[in-house]
Amino acid sequence: MNTSSVALDKPAETPRAKAGSGDIAVCNAAVRSTAVRRTRFYAFGLLPVAAWGLLGAITLFWPDKPSGFAEEWPCTREFGAGALTLAAFWLLLAITASFSSLPRVIERINAGFRHFAPWLIVLPLFLALWEILTAKTGALAPPFFAPPSSLIEAYRDDYARLADSAWNSIKLLLEGILWGALTGFTIGVAIGWSQRINYWLHPFLRFLGPLPPTALLPIAFFFFPSSHSASVFLIALATGFPVAILSWSGIASVNKAYYDVARTLGASERFLIFRVAIPAALPQVFVGLFMGLGGSFVVLIVAEMMGVKSGLGWYLEWAKGYADYVKMYAALILMTFLFSGLISLLFAVRDRMLVWQKGIVKW
Amino acid sequence: MVKANTLRADSPSTFPQEDAEKAPFHGTSGIVLDQVCHAFDAPASRLDVLRDVSLAIAPGEFVALLGPSGCGKSTLLRLVAGLERASAGTITQDGAPIDHPDPSRIVVFQDPTLFPWRTVWQNVALGLEARGVLKQEKARVDEALCKVGLESFAHVYPHQLSGGMAQRAALARALINQPQLLILDEPLGKLDSLTRMEMQGEILSLWQKNGFSVLLVTHDVEEALFLAQRIVIFSPRPASILAQIPIDRPYPRHRGDPILANLRHEVLNRLGLGESW
Repeated sequence: MNTSSVALDKPAETPRAKAGSGDIAVCNAAVRSTAVRRTRFYAFGLLPVAAWGLLGAITLFWPDKPSGFAEEWPCTREFGAGALTLAAFWLLLAITASFSSLPRVIERINAGFRHFAPWLIVLPLFLALWEILTAKTGALAPPFFAPPSSLIEAYRDDYARLADSAWNSIKLLLEGILWGALTGFTIGVAIGWSQRINYWLHPFLRFLGPLPPTALLPIAFFFFPSSHSASVFLIALATGFPVAILSWSGIASVNKAYYDVARTLGASERFLIFRVAIPAALPQVFVGLFMGLGGSFVVLIVAEMMGVKSGLGWYLEWAKGYADYVKMYAALILMTFLFSGLISLLFAVRDRMLVWQKGIVKW
Repeated sequence: MVKANTLRADSPSTFPQEDAEKAPFHGTSGIVLDQVCHAFDAPASRLDVLRDVSLAIAPGEFVALLGPSGCGKSTLLRLVAGLERASAGTITQDGAPIDHPDPSRIVVFQDPTLFPWRTVWQNVALGLEARGVLKQEKARVDEALCKVGLESFAHVYPHQLSGGMAQRAALARALINQPQLLILDEPLGKLDSLTRMEMQGEILSLWQKNGFSVLLVTHDVEEALFLAQRIVIFSPRPASILAQIPIDRPYPRHRGDPILANLRHEVLNRLGLGESW
């Protein structure tokens, strides 16, 4: 009995010694919480509830300031009701997160809620500020500014055109990226491997590579049979250049001892390229793909704004024509999710292919 | 004939006399270096690395090369492996000139140089894969891993291995093709001293079980004395052979053997470090 009480005291003793004087109360609380932690109420979880409730209340009960366009902004009620619904949902999570030994799925949801709780406080406060500055006080005036609630209307009324634009953008983008990545990778590996190919291709890379593909846009639209093929070419160019350069540098920086090892083991030239050089260069290739992806987004949007008759870039121009800035915001937000999603996808592929690497950056 | 005689005089204990006298030089089995010279084309001038190196390694023999740092021993190994070609002189294996790398002569470097993107199993399988026989001979990979005691680390990536385990994996990879000659370029140089002793024992038992020849470059005189049947001592660059010292001691050797201690003195003397004894 005696020994066990000593053992129980020990963990409480150590933090106290570390924390220094004046922390005895904290320590006692910690000891108590280990005993009753299982049923402690998750008080911090109430803050997201309060923040979303505040957003809902402001949206619903603070009347909109009439502007030249309308007495009231559309979808204010829906927005407010949505905020209150979320507040109720967070309350539910805050309660379940206070209990332990729940089913695994709910435990995971609770863990997610605890992780994102700080963001779930900041986000509604930001939305509330935005709503106040636009709809409620008119400090940021239409048509260039619109309240977040009006975005709901834009998505609701124009979802078909937006979805179609997004789909066309993705198709065009992926086609261009695929060609660009394949060509860039092949060229990069070839000039990294062969002196002769390097001699002939290096000047092209050196002079054409730094040229912004968007500068070629007018000419490309003229030379290619369709604006689609011209855009594919330019997106491929934007993707291909960094991929080629980094594949090349990846191949060039492969530890020469790897080749020695493989050659003494009886490797052919083919084996050296495909089983030694390329796997060793892959980390660099992925850096190139990441950079190329960024470049391809730029070209995609500019090309769609200038010539292609569909896609999110075209949608931006189209909305501008009607001075419908709400729709522009809606398209921009959709774009951020789309592009961020593509980069997440690339990183997921990389993480799978480069599991052997230590400490790679998480996106 | 003259060449063969000088060679024999250098290595009295290991080369059967009749062979050297009867057979023409190129008919000798094992690895034979005949007046090998090598130079690098440095930007300013030619850099002589090897000068008139003649050496023979009989099948199954364990030879250690000792010499000052940077004298060109590693270059010699690369020539024997066929990774580079000598500027002058000939190197033959069983009478055939060595002009390209071959799976019968495997190098193990100071760094394990495992491919980081392959698991230990895949690294060891490299030799079979490179020769396109992996499918038929898969079992030999597991066998090789067992030989070096890494069977439970087969599916681990190299960065998860300790230095000693990585070097063992490199040994397994080298042995998969059943080489006739194992070329070891300071393979234990980066290991801590306890792991090194353990690995010396393992190299020895692998050599005794498998019957290949070993050409070992090392900076560790005791390692050379503990392992090799003959020690070849090189001069500073350009490297030439100063002396060849046979070590006629039975295995397993004892690190405290007084005869080895005497030989150590002799070796250090030859290396110009006699005073430190």
